[in-house]
Amino acid sequence: MKRVAIQAADFDVAAELAALEALGGGGVASFIGVVRGEGGLIALELEHYPAMTQVQVDRIVEEALARWPLLGVSVIHRFGRLVPGARIVFVGTASRHRTAALESCAFLIDWMKSEAPFWKKEHFGDGATQWVEARAEDELKAKGWKS
Amino acid sequence: MADLTIVYFAWVREAIGRDEERVARPAPTASVADLVATLAARGGGYAEALGDPARLRAAIDQRFVPLDTPIGDAREVALFPPVTGG
Repeated sequence: MKRVAIQAADFDVAAELAALEALGGGGVASFIGVVRGEGGLIALELEHYPAMTQVQVDRIVEEALARWPLLGVSVIHRFGRLVPGARIVFVGTASRHRTAALESCAFLIDWMKSEAPFWKKEHFGDGATQWVEARAEDELKAKGWKS
Repeated sequence: MADLTIVYFAWVREAIGRDEERVARPAPTASVADLVATLAARGGGYAEALGDPARLRAAIDQRFVPLDTPIGDAREVALFPPVTGG
């Protein structure tokens, strides 16, 4: 099972996990990214490259499927204006082996951070805005999976 | 040959003030960096957005590429800051 969704809408975590559990592998790992409301942040605006996002996330998922024995992978990434507490991203993997499920889940979220065409802009209560800067350590983490 | 489409994202888009434009196709051997230099030379928002290529990343026909990649017969070049998804 392979599911990639790039959407504005929220997602149903229980339903996503249930679909992975139903594959019968016995092991499901997941990661959920949520907007933090630190420093007076009132919203996070996620921009993406529509013509590229789906195909690029597909490539990342294919890479995970090639590296680990997985029964299923789900990746959901939202775009648009998200408020603190809102879910941004879901990564779920299912496997007969817990190491495969856990490692591939970590790989997928690391690669989503540095290889998927999304950009975050922070909006603060005082009207200020700021584009989030890419973190060198995120790029290093993604590179770490390439060796 | 058809014009080249350039798309911009995030602060590159904001500084330039548009998300897409078409330009006369550069020579096939011209690289993305050459295109960036040509656009930056327009000044104003272009210079602000594209004046420091080290801050930029690029894609050719929806694939990430290093800035020294030749544009060749590509249809679309995208210019943007390092991605911050996830």
